[in-house]
Amino acid sequence: MTYSIPGSVDETRRLILKGAAVVALAGLGGIRFGLAPALAAANDKYPEAAFKVKGTDDAIKALYGKTAEKSDKVKMDAPEIAENGAVVPIAVTTTLADVTSISILVAENPNALAASYTIPAGTMPSVANRLKMAKTSNVIAIVEAGGKLYSASKEVKVTVGGCGG
Amino acid sequence: MASTIRVRATSSGDTTEVQALIQHPMDSGFVKNAAGALIPPHFIQQVTFEHGGKPVFVADWGPAVSKDPYVKFSFKGGKKGDELKISWVDNKGVSDSSTAKIQ
Repeated sequence: MTYSIPGSVDETRRLILKGAAVVALAGLGGIRFGLAPALAAANDKYPEAAFKVKGTDDAIKALYGKTAEKSDKVKMDAPEIAENGAVVPIAVTTTLADVTSISILVAENPNALAASYTIPAGTMPSVANRLKMAKTSNVIAIVEAGGKLYSASKEVKVTVGGCGG
Repeated sequence: MASTIRVRATSSGDTTEVQALIQHPMDSGFVKNAAGALIPPHFIQQVTFEHGGKPVFVADWGPAVSKDPYVKFSFKGGKKGDELKISWVDNKGVSDSSTAKIQ
């Protein structure tokens, strides 16, 4: 995949998006022609390496290049007991200002980093999603605010693992 | 082909709440099939939400995100009737996109 497009990237991207929307509306098959690289060019690169690291500390380092400090301003909403590890609803929100990203890690998963969200200015520092958990584990929320990392963690008990086996 | 993306974006004056549901297997690469062979990883890596040509939310996902992923967030500046563009790309280079009107 190429992540750079020569010429006016913005213009090109807008045109491609417009075209894609028309195709989607007309219901003409899937859109599988080079739209993804065009989009990715506008955004941060996917942090592939960070998603392949084993432990939480290493994953946080791989993603941000620094360590996090605990903060009670990071709030995580996760169940005490998850009956089904394949679908664990987890929400993270914070009262910190200048939040640029929120990440969620599951300590006991084969690869700790589960999801990482970019929060541009104007977007609320709050996200909800559903994750898979291999077994009972600490779930760690990381909030990047003003260039610093803040974390909160909570243990979620899993009765049926979500990573097969 | 129907879109894999279902989005509801609702404006409550100041902020717009977005909920998205995407159809995708999100295979982690750790699960075996009935024959005992590993199912190769196949998962969405990046989802981008754009409003007015600017990204308002970017999700980087690993294989630990649940099958048929769901995500919720909210942002400021959206108005009723505005268009929200959503696109995703997975680790096999497959992608899809969709637009939704803010309600």
